Amino acid sequence: MTAPEVKPRDVLLSVENVSLSFGGVKAISGVSFDIRKGEIRAIIGPNGAGKTSMLNVINGFYQPQKGTITFKGEPRTKMRPHDAATGGIARTFQNVALFRGMSALDNIMAGRSLKMNKNLFWQLLRYGPAMKEEVAHRRHVEDIIDFLKIQEIRRTPVARLPYGLQKRVELGRALAMEPELLLLDEPMAGMNLEEKEDMSRFILDVNDHYGTTIALIEHDMGVVMDLSDRVVVLDHGLKIADGTPAEVMKNQNVIDAYLGVAH
Amino acid sequence: MFYREAGQFKTSYEVDAAVFPIRQDRIGIALILFIAFVVIPLTATDFVISVLLVPFLILSLAAIGLNILTGYTGLLSLGTAGFMGVGAFACYKLTTYFPNVNIVIWIFVSGFFASAVGVLFGLPSLRIKGFYLAVATLAAQFFLDWAFIRVQWLTNYNTSGAIEVPTRTLFGMPLTGPNAAPEFRYLVVLSFVAAMTWFASNLVHGRIGRMWMAVRDMDLAAELIGIRLLPTKLLAFAISSFYCGVAGALMVFLWYGSAEPAVFNIDQSFTILFMVIIGGLGSLIGSFFGAGLIYGLPIIMRFIVNLFGWQITPATVEHFTFMTVGGLIILFLIIEPAGLARLWQIAKQKLRVWPFPY
Amino acid sequence: MDLAYKILIDPFMQMGSAPDLLVQTLWEGLVAGVLYSLIALGFVLIFKASGVFNFAQGIMVVFAALTLVGFHQLGVPAFLALGLTITVMLGLAFTVERVMLRPLVNQPDIILFMATFGLTYFLIGFGEFVFGGNPKKMITADLYLPSGAYDIKMFGGFVSLQKIDIAAAVIVSIMVVVLAIFFQKTRIGRALRAVADSHKAALSVGISLNQIWVVVWFAAGIVALVTGIMWGARSEVSFSLQIIALKALPVLILGGFTSIPGAIVGGLIIGIGEKLGEFYWGPLLGSGIESWLAYVIALIFLLFRPQGLFGDKIIERI
Repeated sequence: MTAPEVKPRDVLLSVENVSLSFGGVKAISGVSFDIRKGEIRAIIGPNGAGKTSMLNVINGFYQPQKGTITFKGEPRTKMRPHDAATGGIARTFQNVALFRGMSALDNIMAGRSLKMNKNLFWQLLRYGPAMKEEVAHRRHVEDIIDFLKIQEIRRTPVARLPYGLQKRVELGRALAMEPELLLLDEPMAGMNLEEKEDMSRFILDVNDHYGTTIALIEHDMGVVMDLSDRVVVLDHGLKIADGTPAEVMKNQNVIDAYLGVAH
Repeated sequence: MFYREAGQFKTSYEVDAAVFPIRQDRIGIALILFIAFVVIPLTATDFVISVLLVPFLILSLAAIGLNILTGYTGLLSLGTAGFMGVGAFACYKLTTYFPNVNIVIWIFVSGFFASAVGVLFGLPSLRIKGFYLAVATLAAQFFLDWAFIRVQWLTNYNTSGAIEVPTRTLFGMPLTGPNAAPEFRYLVVLSFVAAMTWFASNLVHGRIGRMWMAVRDMDLAAELIGIRLLPTKLLAFAISSFYCGVAGALMVFLWYGSAEPAVFNIDQSFTILFMVIIGGLGSLIGSFFGAGLIYGLPIIMRFIVNLFGWQITPATVEHFTFMTVGGLIILFLIIEPAGLARLWQIAKQKLRVWPFPY
Repeated sequence: MDLAYKILIDPFMQMGSAPDLLVQTLWEGLVAGVLYSLIALGFVLIFKASGVFNFAQGIMVVFAALTLVGFHQLGVPAFLALGLTITVMLGLAFTVERVMLRPLVNQPDIILFMATFGLTYFLIGFGEFVFGGNPKKMITADLYLPSGAYDIKMFGGFVSLQKIDIAAAVIVSIMVVVLAIFFQKTRIGRALRAVADSHKAALSVGISLNQIWVVVWFAAGIVALVTGIMWGARSEVSFSLQIIALKALPVLILGGFTSIPGAIVGGLIIGIGEKLGEFYWGPLLGSGIESWLAYVIALIFLLFRPQGLFGDKIIERI
């Protein structure tokens, strides 16, 4: 359903020759790829291929031992979580990482923390500028809530929500950051078909409507083929293929990695 | 029946974001404030004011302070009493050096000293969490405890080694010292507590409160949405210690009248922690409930003993208090880990839909 | 300049000029350390096996010691009293499991931690109610524990080694070995480690949590009893002892919460560090620094090595 050939767009983020290891265990070895503005980029691979580690490197949670990360034309050897967030990289997690003690609304509002800046004095009074700011951001958050169709669970503590809705709230929190680059780690894991369809729709809409660049990890090949513009395939920390979904599908290395091959 | 929100429509986010969005709650708060500020000073006896209300309010303030740190930000602290002591001693030194500045100002300012010390001992929270952080606060507690005893400069070299509160006035009336009227002390304490509770409530409902809770619930995710952990934690330490410091200064100047350093020992820290646990972690109103219960329990038990004329020594009553408090903590953690505050919430919810179950 | 001299040079000069005093101080530190290790051991046992940080270990020490002395005062022969006390600790383990732990399965660690606060308070009240608040003498002689001291000539002076301290060191060593074997080699030991990692997972492979908990709390109770006897023999049995439980925290920080050897080494470091600090640097600060030195040592240590001496670097996942 998306164009099979690569659209010529500017590179938003590129990783070059990134290696990451924990103790003696190599999680990523010398991987390079780029993410272009406005595209949906899938990262796939068997379990333990280093996909999540790759996302963790991109938004600064892990610091790679080697390699450079160039984000918006600015090369650096490592990203810091805070720089990533201020630079406009948002993230959802494989195992939902919501703030469990807070309501859905507060979770999404927390995503606006970076954009809010009224100082302690006004916060103490919760009046004047602080209240104006609160209301302005609330309006924005309500738009996201409408967009994700989670109006009726606004006030519910997220710990009480079913899994599918938690994933949606988490997406909402990431969207509240108005990211330029959105990293989704298995957004559809553990969902039923209907929920997957909803989530796919949201992802496409986010891409379309807000123009957000998206990098996602997903195991469901159908979803990957439908959603993504380009796919990068990792296996055992190495990049084994990179290209359009159709190209990747035909790649012998990929087939071997997934089906297993006699060595 | 009358606790209903039917017919109250919110027409703006501003109204919806208010701390008390339901009208009956606002009326309730106004009523409580009216009783506290007007009715009680006119009617209550000196005993009720000095022995029950003033201590209750001051302990509640300290519990709010700890709750900000432990309940909202998730940083366990066993050094509450140490920070309270910093406030008390700072206030004492300030008012003896500058006796002409009003004591109310010094009580407020002493909070900043406690803040500074709190931030200093909060610095390790960058690298350590959970139980490990409890050790950092224990270091604060024991170090401060030691300093209060050993550094005699703090007590102006009094031979007793205790703070002896001098007489200070507000509006020409004595506020501290032996001649202060209980009602007057009560009103000043109440003003402090009411104002600071209001500030705390504003904070925890806004951006800063959300950042604290985010750090509490999942610090890694908080970091990745751009919340800087160290400043957020240190802010919690600063504000929490500020509250504790003011509570400590109030405790010595408006409640005890004189205080030995032992007032601020580890047992006091635990008492405040229990108030927060029983009242409800992460709840301001819970801090009041917890303080009321833990402070009130021994008094009630003594009262019962006297009522029935049982021949029980005060020591035995104390032992039973310990057992009851211990048992209650376990009971609460089993039945309702969110404390009295959660029970209160459930009761309100039930009242809202009464007589129907849902 | 003068201060720097007093801090950096003078203490070492003192050490050099009176090595017998230094050895004596080291020995005192070592002994205190052994006892810290013992308390820490009780913590580690429960933490390893249930992930619960048992704040009540300190009061369990006092409680066990008081029970022993209490039985003896009733005229029960010493060793029968010891047996009865062990039975009481078993009863305590059962009660704690039934009343406190079972209803709190799968709660966050911090909730269980706080529940042990409750247990502490309950036992303080209960203990004082039953035994009274007065300090008691440990029945050292009746248990055939040695008393007196060896005076050893050394560096032109005397170093005095209390026999009871030597006995303590020996008993602790034996206990550590037994516990290590128990943890590493037995079926229950493996089950214990499984429970510590995850309650749910352990349940799902058919480990009986209830049984395990009783076992560890009982083991911790025995450790508490030994600690109580040893500590009580050096001074006396009183409720102020329970505050030393807090000293176990810095010990555990150094040694790591799950390592038995760590608890021993951590205890020794804290014990020796504390005594040296108090003896040689304490006077500079007006003495009494023993009360907080351990925590500050642990704190400084934490800043450089958050995972403890023997802990592995934790890789955080998300």
